[in-house]
Amino acid sequence: VDAFRVNVIHARQQVRSPVTNIARTSFFHVKRSNIWLAAVTKQNVNAAMVFEFLYKMCDVMTAYFGKISEENIKNNFVLIYELLDEILDFGYPQNSETGALKTFITQQGIKSQHQTKEEQSQITSQVTGQIGWRREGIKYRRNELFLDVLESVNLLMSPQGQVLSAHVSGRVVMKSYLSGMPECKFGMNDKIVIEKQGKGTADETGKRSGKQSIAIDDCTFHQCVRLSKFDSERSISFIPPDGEFELMRYRTTKDIILPFRVIPLVREVGRTKLEVKVVIKSNFKPSLLAQKIEVRIPTPLNTSGVQVICMKGKAKYKASENAIVWKIKRMAGMKESQISAEIELLPTNDKKKWARPPISMNFEVPFAPSGLKVRYLKVFEPKLNYSDHDVIKWVRYIGRSGIYETRC
Amino acid sequence: MTDSKYFTTTKESALFPDVVNCMQTDNLELKKLVYLYLMNYAKSQPDMAIMAVNTFVKDCEDPNPLIRALAVRTMGCIRVDKITEYLCEPLRKCLKDEDPYVRKTAAVCVAKLHDINAQLVEDQGFLDTLKDLISDSNPMVVANAVAALSEIAESHPSSNLLDLNPQSINKLLTALNECTEWGQIFILDCLANYTPKDDREAQSICERVTPRLSHANSAVVLSAVKVLMKFMEMLSKDLDYYGTLLKKLAPPLVTLLSAEPELQYVALRNINLIVQKRPEILKHEMKVFFVKYNDPIYVKLEKLDIMIRLASQANIAQVLAELKEYATEVDVDFVRKAVRAIGRCAIKVEQSAERCVSTLLDLIQTKVNYVVQEAIVVIKDIFRKYPNKYESVIATLCENLDSLDEPEARAAMIWIVGEYAERIDNADELLESFLEGFHDESTQVQLQLLTAIVKLFLKKPTETQELVQQVLSLATQDSDNPDLRDRGYIYWRLLSTDPVAAKEVVLAEKPLISEETDLIEPTLLDELICYIGTLASVYHKPPSAFVEGGRGVVHKSLPPRTASSESTESPETAPAGAPSGEQPDVIPTQGDLLGDLLNLDLGPPVSGPPLATTSVQMGAVDLLGGGLDSLIGGPNFVAPPAAAVPANLGASMGSGLSDLFDLTSGVGTLSGSYVVPKAVWLPAMKAKGLEISGTFTRQVGSISMDLQLTNKALQVMTDFAIQFNRNSFGLAPAAPLQVHAPLSPNQTVEISLPLNTVGSVMKMEPLNNLQVAVKNNIDVFYFSTLYPLHILFVEDGKMDRQMFLATWKDIPNENEAQFQIRDCPLNAEAVSSRLQGSNIFTVAKRNVEAQDMLYQSLKLTNGIWVLAELRIQPGNPSFTLSLKCRAPEVSQHVYQAYETILKN
Repeated sequence: VDAFRVNVIHARQQVRSPVTNIARTSFFHVKRSNIWLAAVTKQNVNAAMVFEFLYKMCDVMTAYFGKISEENIKNNFVLIYELLDEILDFGYPQNSETGALKTFITQQGIKSQHQTKEEQSQITSQVTGQIGWRREGIKYRRNELFLDVLESVNLLMSPQGQVLSAHVSGRVVMKSYLSGMPECKFGMNDKIVIEKQGKGTADETGKRSGKQSIAIDDCTFHQCVRLSKFDSERSISFIPPDGEFELMRYRTTKDIILPFRVIPLVREVGRTKLEVKVVIKSNFKPSLLAQKIEVRIPTPLNTSGVQVICMKGKAKYKASENAIVWKIKRMAGMKESQISAEIELLPTNDKKKWARPPISMNFEVPFAPSGLKVRYLKVFEPKLNYSDHDVIKWVRYIGRSGIYETRC
Repeated sequence: MTDSKYFTTTKESALFPDVVNCMQTDNLELKKLVYLYLMNYAKSQPDMAIMAVNTFVKDCEDPNPLIRALAVRTMGCIRVDKITEYLCEPLRKCLKDEDPYVRKTAAVCVAKLHDINAQLVEDQGFLDTLKDLISDSNPMVVANAVAALSEIAESHPSSNLLDLNPQSINKLLTALNECTEWGQIFILDCLANYTPKDDREAQSICERVTPRLSHANSAVVLSAVKVLMKFMEMLSKDLDYYGTLLKKLAPPLVTLLSAEPELQYVALRNINLIVQKRPEILKHEMKVFFVKYNDPIYVKLEKLDIMIRLASQANIAQVLAELKEYATEVDVDFVRKAVRAIGRCAIKVEQSAERCVSTLLDLIQTKVNYVVQEAIVVIKDIFRKYPNKYESVIATLCENLDSLDEPEARAAMIWIVGEYAERIDNADELLESFLEGFHDESTQVQLQLLTAIVKLFLKKPTETQELVQQVLSLATQDSDNPDLRDRGYIYWRLLSTDPVAAKEVVLAEKPLISEETDLIEPTLLDELICYIGTLASVYHKPPSAFVEGGRGVVHKSLPPRTASSESTESPETAPAGAPSGEQPDVIPTQGDLLGDLLNLDLGPPVSGPPLATTSVQMGAVDLLGGGLDSLIGGPNFVAPPAAAVPANLGASMGSGLSDLFDLTSGVGTLSGSYVVPKAVWLPAMKAKGLEISGTFTRQVGSISMDLQLTNKALQVMTDFAIQFNRNSFGLAPAAPLQVHAPLSPNQTVEISLPLNTVGSVMKMEPLNNLQVAVKNNIDVFYFSTLYPLHILFVEDGKMDRQMFLATWKDIPNENEAQFQIRDCPLNAEAVSSRLQGSNIFTVAKRNVEAQDMLYQSLKLTNGIWVLAELRIQPGNPSFTLSLKCRAPEVSQHVYQAYETILKN
């Protein structure tokens, strides 16, 4: 441990690898703000598993006591021990589903004699059972579920406006408040499924929906989804855990609607002056509104002063971040806005050229840039008598910027 | 609740009895904490811990399954021998518990117990119970049983614990669908160790594993990829399914790149392996490896590596544009690698060479020092690949001559000047300017300069005669470096005896430079493919390189292709990347080879003294070619033969060269460790006329005892045999002593007896004492001898710097021993090269207050590391040696080894 501290944490230089081997012992680390979570091994373990576990550990801790901070860790010392005891045994991860863990590790402390025998065996069967993420006997007066389709658009564009790489990584997050052990089936406008159905049913529907269908490059699912069924029939069926969870993640690269276009223009006027002009164009239906738009224009390190003129929103030069930050609260579709700035430079004798970091952008739009649509989510509960119609369902689409950069 | 803080302090073991009393509480939480306390302190007070046993046994029968499991779990973690005895009964019960939660905990407990006392586990028959658990109805129990069995099996490579058969595999596959993500990882890792009987079975397993590729946990995905990659070996390539599988592998791998950076890093390291093994999987996915501005540096470097591997004619334009962008970034390492990557692209994709060169020229114009230097190094390689094509750029290069301060860049530049001496008008002036500071240059530059000037002389003999003489005398008379001297002599002799021959040798056509660099050897690659997802794949090293020696590490290998075995004869279907077309990839590029030769003093210990570079390369390539042919010719294709080549190459090249060298100048060879001259071990008087003298040698990783038996008696001697007493390092004869013919009077035989270090161990006094018994038809004779410790220094004894530092700090100061080595006339460089010959590696070198400090590491055959600091004061023939080692008793002998090596 000391060696790790000396060699990694206090090393002057930037971390060169998340795995370090010191004296035949390997250290894995993950950093959360200023807390280092490290795992140690002397053997050839599954490295991916170790990192996944460290992340899960973070998730579990966050679920129990909120933010991972020095304070919180000190206060919840015992709880962390208890949790570790349960999720890890002799280095083997056991069960890291917060839902299941919460049934028997609680913050109030449980008295073992108060539990009936059935309850106990129920806990254990649940922890080890096939459906380790949901306990039985959940009841809600109102059966509700919320679906959030969250997408982040990643873009890398050349100064000439050529798309170098673009992809959408999306997540479908579900919040379920359903009674019993409901069986759910989720459908979206996945190209493969629709084409399959298109062949089976009438041509007309195939054509109609075919236009809007999207090609998903790859997707991964929460462990509640029956993967073998997805592989054979491409249907997504599952028994959801109670509360919020991430149903699936997916990635698409084709036919992405890029909500914004950034057109930069940088001109060096002499050695001590730079002129920057940036135009952003919104590229979606005029009826929709984008929010929280922020454009970050990097400036050289030797900037002495900046003058900005912008048509809309507010722009400020932040010396500490070496960037001009331009914020716009709202912007409708098919609009255009512009900012121009003059940057005064201090003359330097530094030969090194300015690296010209890319212009980055943040925004939020109320649609899914990949074009993904939820077609249905059916709920079946064989034992309790409520049907699909009784469930109140909400669907929301949010498109956010991931790493949305334009080189200049 | 409040006693929690006690865990963090160490003095609290005094409270042991009181805490143990609390064990009987009904409060689950308190119980857990008490158990935790026990785990930490039982070791310090084993007698007290016995008090707790009763409670444990009682808790194991508690009606609450959680408590039963807790008790079993805790008992397994208490590493006190006495407790383990009591543990067996409850454990047996728990393994058959009705509650799955208890069973799964008990399964892991068996693994814990095995770690403490393996014999006990076997005697108690827990292993069989564990095997039964594989067929348990509860998936989590199965998963844990599998995990426990795998761990146990790993420490017992011989025992056939996990004898997987189609039935058990089927059960595992069923459980795979139902258990938690972690369980899935255990099962997949275990599946990867299984070798299916035929391609049909492999295919069906693959089919059932593929759905795992869309799991959200990337460890599951990687483990699934591992299984698929491994079993794909068995599928024949013309199968439709093979193609589908390849297609299915790409998207999940790409998705891994959207995970957190640390996972990305693991994934990238693995993709790097996969791309080398099966480039077709990701050939269309170039774009995802483009570097993002705020990727952590380790991710950036890995992405760059993969980009180069994927570069092809189709995507080269894109790649180049990206690389150019990267070359303007700030991180020095990254920029260097990007520049180097441009050069690699030029060499790999011929059509792009032109563009690459112009890009490099643009970069040189930036005048950023490290960019320029790196660019020159790669341009040298481009010149090698495409001779006489891009000379126009030489002028630009020459402009930057003065800014070069790194040896590699200087050497590259000198090479270029020498090579194109006839087109550079002022080549002699340029080289002369380098010559002024000849002695301050590094060896690499000196050697290159020598060669370049000789080339220049051969091209323009009239003007440069003076220059050549100057450099030759510098190299031969004023230099301490044997390599430089020897090369100087060779040129001298060549030039003075037969200038035509010299021309042929020095200016000979150079063999082609190969396209791929840094490839991992095929066998290692195959082994690493079996370790996808694990640490080995992250380090790109086999596990034995970083796992503590005690545990036997099983070498895994990919299964041979069994299906339709007739067709495997043809090269297309030959397994594991063995097709002959790929063979040359194993050879390092000529540039590297050249570098190796230039660096001989730092290179592998087996290589002989250098000749003129060009001829060496030719020889080497020829030798290699021959070796390869004969290896490929063998009918056994199970293990790809190529990996054996580099090792042989070194040896054969070394010996071939040294033979050659013996002819020309008569200087002895340097190959292998230093050999002590033979000494008489057993005088004839004591052994009824048999005289034995001998010595120990170490060559290319094997130790042998060279014996000379002389019959000084009057009768014939036959039936020789030899045996060693147990000794400190387990030295034992690896083969019986073979004296083929009877030894007649006054006859002498020389025998080399191979030794190994797997014999039984007993500490001797002195440590390196070896007692030997030799038998012949007359009698049995005993003698003892001291073996020099350096025969035990193994070839992989080089520690990396970081580790050296950490270990040095880690070893307590009282283990440090200091010695004086007197009257040694060598300088630091010569010392380190000589020590390297005997597997003492210089990890780092520092110059403090006009003293050279050499930091060295060496490893003994039994895995003991010895770290050394050697202080050399120029002009003073006494060195100070400080040794640090966890086993301080070896220091004295290591010092003796140093002394023998350095003084002879």
